[in-house]
Amino acid sequence: MTLLDIKNLNLSMRSFEGETQILHGIDLQVERGEIWGMVGETGSGKSLTGLSVSRLIPPATGRYLAGSIAFEGRDVLKASEKEMRTLRGRKIGMIFQDPTTNLNPVFRIGTQLVDVALHAGHADPTVLGLEPGASSRDLKKAAKRVSVEMLDKVGIPKAAERIHDYPHQFSGGMKQRVLIAMAMIGKPDLLIADEPTTALDVSVQAQILKLIHDLVAERNIGVLMITHNLGVVAQICSHVAVMYRGRILESGSVMDVLKRPSHVYTQALLNSIPTAHTKRGELRGLGGVMPEVQ
Amino acid sequence: MILYTLRRLVLLIPMLIGLTMIVFAIARLLPGDPVALAAGPNATPDVIESVRQEFGLDKSLPLQYWAYVTGLVQGDWGVSIFTRRPVFEDIMTFLPATLELVAAAMLIAIVLGIPLGLAAAVYRNGFVDYLTRTVALGGIAMPRFFLGLLLQLMFVSWLDILPLSGRFPLIEIPPEGPTGFYTIDSILAGDWYSLTIALQHLALPAFAMSLSPLATIMRMMRASTIEVLQQDFVMTERALGISNTKILFKYVLKNAMTSTLTVIGLYVSWLLGGTVLVETVFDWPGLGLYATQAILSQDFMPVIGVTLVIAMIYLVTMLIVDLLYGVFNPRVRYT
Repeated sequence: MTLLDIKNLNLSMRSFEGETQILHGIDLQVERGEIWGMVGETGSGKSLTGLSVSRLIPPATGRYLAGSIAFEGRDVLKASEKEMRTLRGRKIGMIFQDPTTNLNPVFRIGTQLVDVALHAGHADPTVLGLEPGASSRDLKKAAKRVSVEMLDKVGIPKAAERIHDYPHQFSGGMKQRVLIAMAMIGKPDLLIADEPTTALDVSVQAQILKLIHDLVAERNIGVLMITHNLGVVAQICSHVAVMYRGRILESGSVMDVLKRPSHVYTQALLNSIPTAHTKRGELRGLGGVMPEVQ
Repeated sequence: MILYTLRRLVLLIPMLIGLTMIVFAIARLLPGDPVALAAGPNATPDVIESVRQEFGLDKSLPLQYWAYVTGLVQGDWGVSIFTRRPVFEDIMTFLPATLELVAAAMLIAIVLGIPLGLAAAVYRNGFVDYLTRTVALGGIAMPRFFLGLLLQLMFVSWLDILPLSGRFPLIEIPPEGPTGFYTIDSILAGDWYSLTIALQHLALPAFAMSLSPLATIMRMMRASTIEVLQQDFVMTERALGISNTKILFKYVLKNAMTSTLTVIGLYVSWLLGGTVLVETVFDWPGLGLYATQAILSQDFMPVIGVTLVIAMIYLVTMLIVDLLYGVFNPRVRYT
């Protein structure tokens, strides 16, 4: 069964000015072991596609006009909020862009990790290495143990001590590692990473990408990596989908799309990357404007 | 944290010295002759002069100040010209009544204000939001003494379920205890009868007083909750399956408390200095009534004493608020 099967997804967003259609017939299939890169300009609908998979767009602002998102065969757009919660954090992990604002500043990172671990453990105790039907005391103990193990795994030195620290005591790269630990602690089958390295400097960026790549390879899970950086795609993705104004213009394996782009937009996107031969001051932008939503 | 607290406490001393100077100077610079007033309309100049000497008011201002400050350190806060009672003892009699009233009012304001503010933020533009908005508007706009009168009209005249005024009936013996709070002392003594009476008397003045802090706390809590709900980490918590209840009451609440805490601290001291109207309407034997009488009769020792006490409570409250910031926000912990 396909892990994630998005078919003909159409989304419109409401604002004071009215309703604007943002996604126009998105089609995308992600299998286990595949790392899908989703590239496009700001406002092209990448993030909203990612949020839709966990159905995190508030119904008051977003409305699905047509289409379906099947996760392991279940349509998340038709699932109840309770069913969605059993997916979030457990079956679907998410990482967002800015590590400094995505951790709660007034709680120890341990508290935040343990809460996610507990949530996943309640849905499925085997995630924490327990038998089904484990007591809540065992769950709490296991959640703490697994949290330390997970921090250790994402490369936080002295994890058992650092788990008592607050987010402001970590650097940006370390915070993103903590967030990756939080996203992966429930042993998800699908990881959605929304520009996970954009806010980090280049050397840290490579470390984080490698970390994600290793975790994914080890657990054989599917990844939807949202980025506007084609370099990231080339480094770790197996497949890529190019988005423009709410449509997927071109998708396929990284080799096919980046080596032999068939769509003019993809060609333009690739041409916009400066090379050693680019003259000083000659940066190539892309024409066109994204639709506006407030 | 302990070192920080000690340092702050030491810093209180110069502030209090400065304060005594200012208040002392202002009280003495007021026009009028308190001695003549105290001696009575038929007093001869000789009598007035002897009263003046008795209270040491014939000396120069710096000498008077020095005498006052040296007395202050030894627990002698001066004597009222009118009643000839020591100011310190008077204040110790009236202060618990005022503190109990303010504490009760703040308790009502906090216990109602924080959950209502949260609810208003979550159900924005819903029923609770409109309700709290209306209450807030009324609470801010309506003078406290007028609200007190309305409450008396409703609960005493019409419904007849609460006493009109006072802190304890004259015919009953008030509970005695270490705190001077009738409610707490009767709980400590296990005297439930006295507790009921004390609460009945406390209810209306405390409610009248609680309305403006309640309004402000509610609005503050609403605004900061809405702000926190839009933070990125709320989305992360939701995306990782944390329940909405847990997000709100654990993760958002602690973040939203910080700004509300400032308002709470400010209101404690503001209420302390502004009890007089409510105390007058409800004939509550507190510091406000005491200070007003002293001011009207130019009896400045009590005025200075009351000002000092309120200032001290204000400074200590602010210290507690500053320390509490550290509890709610680890980034501002002091060393």
